[in-house]
Amino acid sequence: MTKLSHRDPKGRPLVAVTGLGIVTSLGQGQADNWAALTAGRSGIHAIERFPTTGLRTRIAGTVDFLDTEPLVAPALSQRFAEEAAEEAIAQSGIGTKGDFPGALFIAVPPVEMEWPQRQALAEAAAENGDVTYAGLQRAAATRRFDPWHDLFIFGTVADHIAERFGTKGSPISLSTACSSGATAIQLGVEAIRRGETKAALCIGTDGSVNPESLIRFSLLSALSTQNDPPEAASKPFSKNRDGFVMGEGAAALVLEDAEAATARGAKILGYVLGCGEKGDGFHRTRSSPDGAPIIAAIRAALDDADTLPQAINTINAHGTSTPENDKMEAMGCMAVFGAQMGTVPISSNKSMIGHTLTAAGAVEAVISLLTIANGRIPPTINYAVPDPGIPLDVVTEARDASVSRVLSNSFGFGGQNTCLVLADEPA
Amino acid sequence: MSGRDVVVTGIGLVSCAGEGIEAHRAAFHAGVPARTDATSFAPYPVHPVAPLVLDGQIPKKSDQRQMEPWQRLGVFAAGLALDSAGVKSDAAFKANLHLVVAAGGGERDYAVDGAILTGLRDAADPGAYLNERLQNDLRPTLFLAQLSNLLAGNIAIVHGVTGASRTFMGEEACGTDALRIAQARIASNQIDAMLVGGSYSAERPDVLVVHEMGGYLRKGDYRPVFGRAGEGEAGFILGSAAAFLVLEAAAHAAARGAKALATIEPVASDRTRRGPDSTAASLEKLWQTSGMTGPDRVISGATGVAPITTEEAEALARLAPGSPVTALGDVIGHPLEIVAPFGAALAAALVAEEGAREVAVTTIGHRRGEGLIRVTAAG
Repeated sequence: MTKLSHRDPKGRPLVAVTGLGIVTSLGQGQADNWAALTAGRSGIHAIERFPTTGLRTRIAGTVDFLDTEPLVAPALSQRFAEEAAEEAIAQSGIGTKGDFPGALFIAVPPVEMEWPQRQALAEAAAENGDVTYAGLQRAAATRRFDPWHDLFIFGTVADHIAERFGTKGSPISLSTACSSGATAIQLGVEAIRRGETKAALCIGTDGSVNPESLIRFSLLSALSTQNDPPEAASKPFSKNRDGFVMGEGAAALVLEDAEAATARGAKILGYVLGCGEKGDGFHRTRSSPDGAPIIAAIRAALDDADTLPQAINTINAHGTSTPENDKMEAMGCMAVFGAQMGTVPISSNKSMIGHTLTAAGAVEAVISLLTIANGRIPPTINYAVPDPGIPLDVVTEARDASVSRVLSNSFGFGGQNTCLVLADEPA
Repeated sequence: MSGRDVVVTGIGLVSCAGEGIEAHRAAFHAGVPARTDATSFAPYPVHPVAPLVLDGQIPKKSDQRQMEPWQRLGVFAAGLALDSAGVKSDAAFKANLHLVVAAGGGERDYAVDGAILTGLRDAADPGAYLNERLQNDLRPTLFLAQLSNLLAGNIAIVHGVTGASRTFMGEEACGTDALRIAQARIASNQIDAMLVGGSYSAERPDVLVVHEMGGYLRKGDYRPVFGRAGEGEAGFILGSAAAFLVLEAAAHAAARGAKALATIEPVASDRTRRGPDSTAASLEKLWQTSGMTGPDRVISGATGVAPITTEEAEALARLAPGSPVTALGDVIGHPLEIVAPFGAALAAALVAEEGAREVAVTTIGHRRGEGLIRVTAAG
């Protein structure tokens, strides 16, 4: 191969993917997840982790086969991330154990102390009257709870991942809400294109199904309340969709400068051809009614990838199953793809794994690359009642197709829109 | 791989010392203790933000109500930075302006938390009780005031900065890395301009709990950061602060006739396993990486935590003998994620207004993360 072939049409280093790792409620690892996803199996179930008495939503795609002590979001998120990273790095064969020769970009959920820990502090405070934060501070000052400082600050998960895998430099922990996983990948792509690093470990992880997180989304009317049966609740693009279902999991991608990957004889699984993003200042939780930012983000990803819409074989949708998202996403796709959109297969993994929030963009990028590798598009389950306002080719059964390029969409609260173009071959 | 020159064209600052560049230059040189509130959160002193007329930067009361204090500080400072860069009324510029924010999370509802914890003591079914109270007592929009990326979201809504935003988290290190990534994206031609910064509210009991765990908070009265080496003196005093900088490629700034206040050189940052002298060793390495020569001044982000604060002081005495070292903590307190953007903004002001040629800004995180920012004269 000539040196030129390791550059994209814009003359930048081409970014190859050489390792993938995934954990969702469907299982651990690419094989288990792929089998379940293409079989149309749901990982959504009744929550058993904590009492759901009185809650409007009592289901989620929790990952129950991995746990931590204490069982809190940052610890769980770290655990999922470790499992995913382990798988991705092993597949890529890069570096040596504990010595990853590149940077770390990790999307992690925002961190807060959780109720069991607040309760423990309140108990230790032993106040006779009402519990106050002054009491919690006195309890903290007993030094009995010192290990919780690191547990509940924002940089710890990334620090532990960096320590375990030996990534280089200062790790980046980031949030762009529900597009965070895609942003982690985008940051890795940009760093490789700048020539700062030959490799990047990009992770999205989320283990934050706990009472307060669930109730917060519930109070914003974002969650499905169709608890029974749980596996039917997440129904992206359906007319009767009524909200998303929280999910958990993590995904990791090893990105490499394609030239460096080729030089070390790595198997290249695919390429991140382009990343696009666009902010939206319309509203804290709603998209601009004209869809302009979503459209701009999709177009930016296609432009960055030097890819025309007609070269996209399938869309891995953000497809949350909320009335708002699916309508706006469909509108955005139709605007960009035009009349062709009716024949572009689109599918939402969230129908089976729920919305893995911070992890979603990375999880869905991994599934997009598996879609390319296997020539098979996983279905959107529960698509029983099509929404006439969304005239799309929603994939309802796993579909065999030659897939060379995938558009993966991620949109989030706070006007976050991030799209990726993943491919089998360079543009 | 230095690439294009990256210049500062706008600065927005808010802290206990007031708002704007002049107030902070004055505080920087005053050499008197930063304004301290030792009673409201006793036994912990904090450096409270100066009173602000929010309407000046956040005209809609509805927007102000949707935010908790940490977000209001940030949106306010972002507005000051846009004003300073002369782009506040340039809708097209702002619509293409990208944003990197360094942030933690937002305030809780302390009364609700206290009442729930009180009720949980005698609840027959604690799980059901917690569910019921959270569902009934949490304000639905409070979540949006807590989410880390919603500072960026509010800047988009209030100021129309809608290029795209990314929010970095992780205490002191994320502030350094926000600047590092923003500088690198511009220098490498990936983008022409960015708004970078963040905000922190110290006047909140929940963060005092988190940082009391581990024993990182100084108790009692203010004492200079580098004077906390004695037994029982160590720790940081949190400060409410916000800082934003408009960064642009030098050519981009020149093309629109904007004044380049200073140059931000490629930011050096690292994560080292902490141990005896690791901080000093890291700082020495970063000093080389950054290309620091002989800074006219050093703005130190030292926390006051032992032993890293003393290690840093000793390293700086070796690396920059003769350069006056000012602890940012003595000017505005310790604002965690905001140390790096605030220090860099202040350094740029010293370069622009006082003719400093080179200013070094250190950020040694209280748990992790080492950074060095080199700010030089523009052009």
